[in-house]
Amino acid sequence: MKYLSEYRDADQVRRAAEAIRAAATRPWCIMEVCGGQTHSILRFALDRMLPESLTLIHGPGCPVCVTPVEVLDRALALAARPEVIFCSFGDMLRVPGSRGDLFAVKSAGGDVRVVYSPMDAVELARRHPDREVVFFGVGFETTAPTNAMAVLQAARLGLKNFSLLAAHVLVPPAIRAVLASPQCRVQGFLAAGHVCTITGISEYLPIAAEQRVPIVVTGFEPLDLLQGILMCVRQLESGRHEVEIQYTRSVRPEGNPAALRAMAEVFQTVSRPWRGIGVIPDSGLGLRPQFAQFDAERRFDLSGITAVESSECRAGEVLQGLIRPHQCPAFADRCTPQHPLGAPMVSAEGACAAYYRYRRSS
Amino acid sequence: MDFSMQCPVPFSQYSTVQLAHGGGGRLMRELIEGLFRAAFARSADQQPEGPPIGRAAADPLRTPLLEAAHDSAVIEPGAGPLAFTTDSFVVSPLFFPGGDIGCLAVFGTVNDLAMAGAKPLALSAAFIIEEGFPFDQLQRVVESMARAAATAGVRIVTGDTKVVDRGKGDGLFITTSGVGRVPPGVAIHPSRVAAGDQVIISGDLGRHGLAIMSVRQGLEFETELQSDCAPLNGLVEAMLAAAVDPQDIHCLRDLTRGGLAAAANEIAQDAAVGMVLHETEIPVCAAVRAACELLGLDPLYAANEGRLMAVVAPRSAPAVLAAMKSHPAGADARLIGTVSAEHPGVVELLGPYGPGRILDLLSGEQMPRIC
Repeated sequence: MKYLSEYRDADQVRRAAEAIRAAATRPWCIMEVCGGQTHSILRFALDRMLPESLTLIHGPGCPVCVTPVEVLDRALALAARPEVIFCSFGDMLRVPGSRGDLFAVKSAGGDVRVVYSPMDAVELARRHPDREVVFFGVGFETTAPTNAMAVLQAARLGLKNFSLLAAHVLVPPAIRAVLASPQCRVQGFLAAGHVCTITGISEYLPIAAEQRVPIVVTGFEPLDLLQGILMCVRQLESGRHEVEIQYTRSVRPEGNPAALRAMAEVFQTVSRPWRGIGVIPDSGLGLRPQFAQFDAERRFDLSGITAVESSECRAGEVLQGLIRPHQCPAFADRCTPQHPLGAPMVSAEGACAAYYRYRRSS
Repeated sequence: MDFSMQCPVPFSQYSTVQLAHGGGGRLMRELIEGLFRAAFARSADQQPEGPPIGRAAADPLRTPLLEAAHDSAVIEPGAGPLAFTTDSFVVSPLFFPGGDIGCLAVFGTVNDLAMAGAKPLALSAAFIIEEGFPFDQLQRVVESMARAAATAGVRIVTGDTKVVDRGKGDGLFITTSGVGRVPPGVAIHPSRVAAGDQVIISGDLGRHGLAIMSVRQGLEFETELQSDCAPLNGLVEAMLAAAVDPQDIHCLRDLTRGGLAAAANEIAQDAAVGMVLHETEIPVCAAVRAACELLGLDPLYAANEGRLMAVVAPRSAPAVLAAMKSHPAGADARLIGTVSAEHPGVVELLGPYGPGRILDLLSGEQMPRIC
């Protein structure tokens, strides 16, 4: 398949791994920011092709995982309301809130629907004027533009029954938070190619310069990841700290201006709590006041919900790269995809799920 | 096979199913006689040799269903052990690219019998119909079942109809049960799987699951994919005939819900053996691969309705594989791995670059991802 098989070619992958072995003369710690990259690394066992001195640390880039439990609880409360059609990406349905998950609400009679695009939720709102359609807007800068477009479309159609439960988060503040931790071992970053396709690299330039860390904007296929690691290692070995783009077939330095315009029109930067990590200043997106009628948190009374988090779950440390999933005492024992204590065990991009699925025996 | 889609005469004055169609009175008789009996009897006529063994006792007509006054179909199975299975079908939507709930209900049960090495003799079909269900759709489903039964060489000999209140069902549910005769010398069971056995699959994976997903509400995407929905009993017969000894076919599984991953894990766990599969040998067509990449799904977990996995003694594997390749239902058959004594209960998938990973069971259905 075009743009897929080329980037999985076995000979090229082996050559790239050899080049990394040749380039790395000292131990280095590199964080791949995005959970999609983590899954690729484990699925293709790329980490096992690298020199032992090179450590990959899995980052916080899983939007499902970092969605705070109180936001999930609000989603569960909304989904349980009889007038609401609650629309979500499939990933979110198994993520545990304080009391159950969206599947449980669905089986108790809630109208929970899996959609693949927020536009489908807008269409549902148009077709069901007598119901309230709420879309669970989870994701990084990759999904924010389409959710912004959905709000703009709902406004254009004059819909009075569509709203967004916005839980958007931003990557650059998360990278700063990782670097600010006193226990941080990360010396270089693989940034998320899809996020930077939207945002470009302008926000990454000051991070690289101020923090003196190389950042390589990297794709998701095996060859992408190995090339990104090689570029990062070469910077580290030569003492450089620049923002480089490996994923050139998708990322332009300026990003996608149309998508950025839509985001800026609908959303403003807000401080957000990250599940397991805590509040990161200016790390999320919320609806601007002029779109308040599309904001589910203002449209519905969601007060009086108290969140309860499992005290045993160490997802916060996993998300910051401080421990690996199998170092958590609950891993694959009291925490499994069937009975998750935290979101990284159920999300398609969660590091715990990747370790459970691909590495349980080790 | 030339088989008319049209019912010769309209059998009902109603355009939708009424509660009374399940009420045991005149309307129900009209439904059974006019639709089910007519279609399934014609299907039986399409099978010149009749069912392999099954025959209606003391019934001059070709299928016992025609004896509407009887509560049971009576068949003479002949000698040897019987295989007996049942399955319910609740697929949504009812019609999808490459098939519908009707052919699925017939092939699903035929294939379950075939996985025991059995030749299907007879099926039952029970319908739970929601009040208001359109008759033209019911007719399409029933005609599809009749066609599927003719293709698989099996007769639908008994059935049941219930109509539930509007809102109490999702249009139409079908349950089929089937009996089949296990030929002499056939011994298919996970407990017979042994280290050194070869693992073969009958074709490329994921077509049914992705075809269904492409038309499911909220997820619609354009694709030319068709379900692989097909009977596997003919293929299994060819495999048993090709083996050095029929007993060399140690285990068979149809790769339905949960796909290859579920079937491989079940066998590994039941037989307490390890299994090593080669990812690069597992065929997946370009359209399935592309849709899976887009939706964040893994084709190894996707459902199939016309694919099987066989665990075969090494000495018979080449002949069985060759027989599969020359059968239409197994044209893309491949040897994908081996059974080992190490890591009992674990399926290891060797990737394109050497190092392996676990091919684990999922906790539920695969869900499309966020980004």
